[in-house]
Formats: sequence, structure tokens, C-alpha cells
Amino acid sequence: MSLRSPLGRAMGLGSAKTGLGHWWAQRVSAVALIPLTLWFVFSLLLLPNVEQETAHAWLQFPLNGFLAIALVAVLAYHSYLGTVVIIEDYVHTESLKIFGRLCLQFLHALAGGAGIFAILHIAFGR
Amino acid sequence: MSVRTRPLSPHLLIYRWQIGNTLSILHRSTGVFLALGLIGLTYWLVALASDAPSYARALRIFSSPLGLVALFGWTFSFFYHLFNGVRHLLWDAGLGFERGQRHASGWLAIAGALISTFAAWMLLWQFNRL
Repeated sequence: MSLRSPLGRAMGLGSAKTGLGHWWAQRVSAVALIPLTLWFVFSLLLLPNVEQETAHAWLQFPLNGFLAIALVAVLAYHSYLGTVVIIEDYVHTESLKIFGRLCLQFLHALAGGAGIFAILHIAFGR
Repeated sequence: MSVRTRPLSPHLLIYRWQIGNTLSILHRSTGVFLALGLIGLTYWLVALASDAPSYARALRIFSSPLGLVALFGWTFSFFYHLFNGVRHLLWDAGLGFERGQRHASGWLAIAGALISTFAAWMLLWQFNRL
């Protein structure tokens, strides 16, 4: 027997409906980002310089290109999961909430897609 | 229909400012700043994939005073969000909930972030990259 009222069920109100998946995805992406971001920061710090040719040669090395793509993808995902919670926490007008969520989805898809395309372009172009 | 003012649970202004809520707010604000950093990272990658003048413009922007302040802020935000994130992951695993442990790990996250940020920029300076 469910303790939820028929009205509550019909309106989809009540406790979180898809919260666990979001919570878990945020943790998994966080764990993945620990090695990925540390690798990226240390690699950049240890490059002899940040000239275009140097950075190209670095990203054209297959392992670096792959890790950079993984970084951008997981970073965009984790960033979306984090920022969308802020919208959900502070925006209580349903239409504005949906609009804010849509903006974040488009922005993160754009940033992630452009970043990955740029890395592939460097790795395979010329 | 008249709106009845409902009693509110005590929030923000009622509580004494302390390390727990400060670090929690800092975690979220560094997260937002790092989300902006994603745009910076994407811009750098796209400029890197483009022609020489585009990349030169990107380097000019990042090495401008405002660019350096942003990079410095991203360095601190990254290390703080990283250390405090590990703190959150440990809590999720059920570890470190005691008052003393909470405070110690909080100060550790702050100290770790400050030291790492300082070390990273010292490294840049040592390599004459500034």
C-alpha cells in the first residue's frame, strides 16, 4: 500500500523522483575528475611553453588527446550536474526553472562539443 | 485567496557564521566559478585548433591583468573544490563525521588549497612562464 495521496501522485509532487541517479552520477564524475584534472593541470605546468606548436604536439600524442577528450566530456557533465542543482535550489517558478535548465543543457553541450571537436581537429588535422 | 504567512524553518540569517557553512558556500561558489572556467578551457582549445592570430589573441587575453586574475582564481577554486570534494566523498562513505574531524578536514582543505595554489604559481614563475 502506498502512503502517497492520489492527488500528490497525480501532480507528481512529493519526494525526489530521480534524485538518486543524479546524486550518484555527480559522485562518479567527481571521482573520475580527480585523476583527469590533476593530469591536465600538471601537464600544462610541465609543458616547456604554451606556444601553439608545443600544445599541438602534446595533444597529438594519442594518450594525451584521449585523456583531454575524457576530461572535457566528464567536466562538462559534472559542471552541468552541479549548476542545475543551483537552479533547482533557488528558482521556484516552474517556467523559469525549465528555461534555466535548458540554458545550462545547451551551454554545456556546446562547451563540451566544441572542446572535443577542437581536440579532434588538432589530433587529426594537418 | 489570501496568502497565509506560514512559519519558516530557521535559515541563513538565524545561524551563527561558522566553518561548516562557510566551506559549504565556498564549495558551491568555487564550483560556479569553475563552470565559467569550462568556457575558458573551451575557448583556449578552440583558439588552439584555429590559426596563429586567433591563438595569439587567446594568449593575450589570458595574460592580461584580468586574465591572470581569472587564472589565479581558477587555480584556487580548482584545488579547493578538489580537496573539499574529497572531503564530501569521504562523508558519503560514512567517514569523518565527528565534530573534531569535520573541523580538522575543513581546515586541511583550506590549507591544501592555499598551499597548492601557491606552489602551482611558484612553479610557473620558476619556469619563467609569467
